[in-house]
Order: sequence, then structure tokens, then C-alpha cells
Amino acid sequence: MQTNGGKALMKNLEAQGVELVFGLPGGAILPAYDPLIESSIRHVLVRHEQGAGHMAEGYAHATGRPGVALVTSGPAATNMVTPLADAMLDSVPMVCITGQVASGAIGSDAFQECDTTGITMAVTKHNFLVTDAEQIPQVIHDAFYIATTGRPGPVLVDIPKDLIDANNPVSQFEDYEPSGHDLPGYKPETEPNPQEIQDAAKLIFQSERPIIYSGGGILKARAAEQLKDLAELLDIHVVTTLMNRGGFPDNHPLALGMPGMHGNYTAITAIQQSDLLITLGARFDDRVTGKVDAFAPDAKVIHADIDPAEFNKVRSADVSIQGDVGRTITELIKAIKQMGETESHPDRSAWKSQISGWNEKFPLVYDDWQAGEGLKPQHVIEQLRDNTPDDTIVASGVGQHQMWASQFWSFNHPYTWINSGGLGTMGYAVPAAIGAKAGKPDRMVWAIDGDGCFQMTNQELVTARLENFPVKIAVLNNGYLGMVRQWQELFYDKRYSEVHLQSDLPDYKMLAESMGCVGIRVESPEEVKPAIEQANEINDRPVVIDFRTESSENIYPMVPAGKSNSEVIVHPSQGNEK
Amino acid sequence: MSSVRFHTLVVRVENKPGVLARVSGLFARRGFNIESLAVAPTDNDLFSRITIVVDAESAPLEQVVKQLNKLINVVEIQELSPEDSISRELILATVNVEEGREDQIMREIESFEANVLSVGDQKIVVSLSGTPEIVNDFEVVLETYEIVEVQRTGIIALSTITS
Ligand SMILES: Cc1ncc(C[n+]2csc(CCOP(=O)(O)OP(=O)(O)O)c2C)c(N)n1
Ligand SMILES: [Mg+2]
Repeated sequence: MQTNGGKALMKNLEAQGVELVFGLPGGAILPAYDPLIESSIRHVLVRHEQGAGHMAEGYAHATGRPGVALVTSGPAATNMVTPLADAMLDSVPMVCITGQVASGAIGSDAFQECDTTGITMAVTKHNFLVTDAEQIPQVIHDAFYIATTGRPGPVLVDIPKDLIDANNPVSQFEDYEPSGHDLPGYKPETEPNPQEIQDAAKLIFQSERPIIYSGGGILKARAAEQLKDLAELLDIHVVTTLMNRGGFPDNHPLALGMPGMHGNYTAITAIQQSDLLITLGARFDDRVTGKVDAFAPDAKVIHADIDPAEFNKVRSADVSIQGDVGRTITELIKAIKQMGETESHPDRSAWKSQISGWNEKFPLVYDDWQAGEGLKPQHVIEQLRDNTPDDTIVASGVGQHQMWASQFWSFNHPYTWINSGGLGTMGYAVPAAIGAKAGKPDRMVWAIDGDGCFQMTNQELVTARLENFPVKIAVLNNGYLGMVRQWQELFYDKRYSEVHLQSDLPDYKMLAESMGCVGIRVESPEEVKPAIEQANEINDRPVVIDFRTESSENIYPMVPAGKSNSEVIVHPSQGNEK
Repeated sequence: MSSVRFHTLVVRVENKPGVLARVSGLFARRGFNIESLAVAPTDNDLFSRITIVVDAESAPLEQVVKQLNKLINVVEIQELSPEDSISRELILATVNVEEGREDQIMREIESFEANVLSVGDQKIVVSLSGTPEIVNDFEVVLETYEIVEVQRTGIIALSTITS
């Protein structure tokens, strides 16, 4: 049967199980928007292509299915660069379809032409420029395969307009079902090597001060259950990086929470003083390691990852295990049970009591609110945490509010935390929350956003209202680019340079209302809970709460950039002599 | 062998548009230094072969290889050790030969078994293919004359046959 590129594009997206795409039409992609009308795929019309990209990411984080964005050429493609880079660094499965100028016009500086595949080469796992309409079914098939297997990531497919134009003879071809993949250079390995599993088990049996250092790979591999089984079998504490919040329940007795620059003292110090890091789906990011030479100096390293390029990139591993981390943990559990029949590990009670000692001495704390001050952001987050369902999905922006959210929320379920870890993209929260709600309509979705971040992408609340994604946004409005203000306070001698935003402009309540949302302003502590409860009751439209938070509040603990984790600065009330 | 600074990688890639940009872009953005690079189709027109000499002082070879392997169009990477491989490079040079040194340069060309490709008025175009070391030595000799233009291909390499 004859088909054409545009029709084939929709049919093959449907065949991939795509239910939702986020996008915005324009000249080069127009021919794809016509068959979209007949398609079973729901299209969410965004207000800025960056929004479409982050929605696709939020959708992918929440559901585990690849998010899909559909946009036109030139400026729309360049608007996608940030979400693609974000998805690349956080290994988010995503497929982005961009229109391109007609084949014959490529290279002529045609209207809205840009070298999309050239520009996005460095920020995608792979990209394709379709050169023949007939390639479309196979390329879509390959794109989803690459995006979702191995280490997941974003894949872009750039399609010239003529190849999807039903009226153009070059778009016509004999339809076919793609089967298999002709990708001789792509063979993701998921099975761990048995010898390496044995070696890892041995190291675990020799260790006196082991720690499980778990990262976002746990969530990508859907291995939260296996991680819990392993931790309980071994009775070893678990730290969860920013990308793995929720990958191990915070309310579990073995949970130590987040390590790194703004991690808690115990998580940072337990890693630092351990003699064995059982690294599962984590990549020794500089925000976790601090000064690399001084990171966990006495620790041997087991490193399990799907991506072998992570081994020995930052920290050399004593045992590296390539494979799906869920499979790796399952095999490791078997090996440990077997080895446990004949061997025993050193006494770890001193290590355990050291850990609980740190936990008691250095819990996450903040000063009590004083009359005349703005709201304590930590208090707002605690109230949100305590007055929403346990499985609420939380998206965040980038800045102090993000770190407080990660610290003070209790993530007890996987896939409840959606944030921009690697790229640190301000403006991520609103669209990512919308994408999460689109994927999980029955769950409550809150964004915890900063005032600076909110101003980068809030226009998508119009999308949320019109498309009926009733997300709730808590803006922690401190009137500042707070994270940058804090650095200037601590490291630039309080010389504040271009960080003051001011809290009253825009008027967040009116801005929310103008976009068809409910807007609420909260200025005093006793209003916090009622406002949250009010928001929880509203399900027919998005809600924005403008929480007026204290602008001078700093986030602690803090490991100054480039310093060793041993130099962590705790909250001033806890003393820093140690 | 970490003591060896330059390593030769033979990279088999799919013969797709943009593949060279993917490889060179990867080197650029990760700060890997390329000493030389040669690329051409193979006997199978689905694939090309890129021979890259990598400066392992700029990044550990393990990282270079693994990051290259992540490129979807990279099919296979082989590291050739100097002991077990044959490498060759081609040099073309145009040289001014001052009066009185014509015989001397012809003798040197002969001793290197290089070829004379074109001869003009006090000017000569020569070529030599050989190991990178021999090509280097030859270039040093040519430098004692006046080099007008010189072009080297970069190294291509194959494994030696082991019996
Ligand atoms: C797109 C982008 N630009 C700049 C930055 C640098 N940056 C990191 S945090 C931050 C401040 C964010 O301000 P706000 O959203 O108000 O959050 P707060 O720190 O005040 O909670 C800035 C400017 C960034 N991460 N992303
Ligand atoms: Mg702020």
C-alpha cells in the first residue's frame, strides 16, 4: 500500500505506543500536523518549545515511557536545545521530531533553516536527518529503541518538509512495518559479568565500613525494589543522590538521604569515611565528590553502571560491573547469599553507631521563624510534605528551593521526584510538572519552584489550564536569585551583584489568575497550611501559591565548590569545629 | 601501555552523513587531542575506516575509546600497538633547490627511495610513503632546502600478520 511520509510518521509514532506529544507547529513541520488530526495521539499545544521539551522529560520521569516533542525547524529546533541537553545529562528517554526545510533547500540558508542535527549532535544520544521519505518508519523505530535502551537519552529526528508533504511525490512510498534494527554500532550490554559479581561480593565481605552510593541509574533501570532487597540483606546504609531521591525510601531505617554539595552531614561523611563504596547507577558527579582527590580517600570502589564510559572517568574502580543495574543487583544478591554460607564480614557495629551518632548530632535543621521575617522555606516544604498524599509527585526548579525540597521532602516512593540534576536548568519545574501530570493524571503533582525559575517558563500554565493539567505550583518567592545570592554572601564578601529580583513584580497572584489559574499569596506562617489545603481541593485548574519566603535564608550543609567533603559547613547552630 | 604518548586507533564507522563530524566533535568537546586523522571508505561501502592517532596525555586512552564507542555510528575500535602493527604515511612536498645542490637532493631522494613527481626550474615535487619515522626524517632533510609546500596524509595502519 502506498503511503506518504507525514502519514507514516503518525502511524509509526502510534505503533511505538505514543499517546501524547508536546509541541507547537510551524512551516516546516506543518505537513505532519495535518495527519495528526486523524491520529489517536493527543497533542499538547505548548507556549514555548522549551516547555514541550521539559514536559516530555517530566512525562518520561513520571511514567518511564519516552516523552515525545514535535516542533518545527530553525528557532523551534534551537528552543529545544536546552531540554535535549538536560535529557542528555540526566539520561532521560525522549524523542524529538523537528521539521526541516525542504531537502532541496538544505544548505541554502533558507527561511528558518538551521543545521539542527549539527547543533544537537553534542546534546543527543543520537540524531537522524531523514534523507528519503521511505526511511521514516525505520528511523522512528530506531529512534525509540536508542532512546529507551542502554543508557537512556534523547534522540532527535530531523525531517525535511517535502518528505512529509502528502502532496509532494517524493513523500510517497510503499508502506512497510519496520522490523529489527540495522545498527551495527549499537549493542547495549545488560548482563553483568559473573566474575565481576563474585569480585564485588568478595569486597563487600571484606569491608568494615561499607556504604551504598545509589544514583539515578536505579530509577532508570526500575530497580528500586532490588536496591531495597540488597540493602536489607546486607544491612548497609544507602545514600541517594539528587537523581535517585525516591529510589530508596527516605522513611527506611537504612536511608541516609542525599550526599553532595548540599547533602546532609551524615550522607556526606559516611561516604567520606567509608572503606567501600557500593556504587549503583551513580557517576561521581562533581556535586557529589567535591574535590575529587580528597573524595572518600580510604574507600575501595565497586562501580555498577550500564555505561562503561563512566568507569574510571572520575574515580577509578576496584571492581566495575557493566550491565543493567537491576540485573546486577539481583546477581549480587545471589552471590552474597551463597558466599554468606561460608564467609562472614568484619564487625560493623562501630561503623553503624558512628553513623547513627552523626545522624543525631547533625540532623537537618533551620532557625525558628522570628516575627518580621519572611516565611522559612524549609517550613513551607515541611508543611507541603505533611499535607499532601505520600505519593505526591514533586517537580522542582534549580536553586536553593530545589536543595531544600530534596532535603526536607520525604521521598518514600520511586518516581516522585522530578528535577534537573545534571544541567541545572532554571525553568524546569513548571513544564516538567505539567508533563508528569499528563503522564500520571491521577496523582497529585506539586512543583516547588523559585521566583527566578518561575519567571523563565510560567507561560506554560496557560497550556496546563487549557489542556486540563491541574498542577500546583509553590513559588518560594525570596525576591532573589537565592542560590547565587548565597554564593556572593559567602564567597564574594557580600558584594551582591545582579541577584535581586524583588518579590512584588510580577504580582504572582494576578499573573496566575491572568493565566486561568488560582493565585494565592501567603505571607505568614499560620496561612501556610490552609493555603496548601485550599490548593489540594482545587482540581479543575492549576494553582499557584506565592509563598513570601525569607530572602536571607541560606542552604546548609554546604561543601564549597572545589573543597573536600571533609570541609562541609553545617548549619551555624551546629558549630563548625567538629 | 601508559608510557606511550601516541596511540593509534582504527575506528570502523558506518558510512553515514555527518559521521566524521560526530567523531571530531566528540574529540573537541571532551578535550581529547588528535595528532592525526585519516579517513576513507573500505572495501565494503557501508563502512569507512578512520585511523586516529590520539595524544593520550590529553585524556586516558580508556576514556577516549569508551566515549567513541558510545557513538551509535561507531561499529568497532581497534587499538594498534606499535609492535604489532604496520603504519604508513604519505608525504608530498614542493621544494626549492638552490643552484649547486641539485645532485645532493637527488642523492637524498634516492637514499630514501622517494619519488620525484614533477621537476621545474630550481623546483621539485617529491613524494614518499613510509613509516611515520622515515617520513619525519625525510621532512627534516627537505627542510635543509626551502620547502614551498608540504602535505602529509596522517597515519594509516593495519595489524601485522601473526603466524
Ligand atoms: C538557565 C539558568 N540560568 C542561570 C542559572 C544559574 N543559577 C543557578 S540557581 C540560580 C538562582 C535561581 O533563583 P530562584 O529560581 O529564585 O531560586 P532560589 O535559589 O532563590 O531558590 C541561578 C541564577 C541556571 N542554573 N540556569
Ligand atoms: Mg529566588
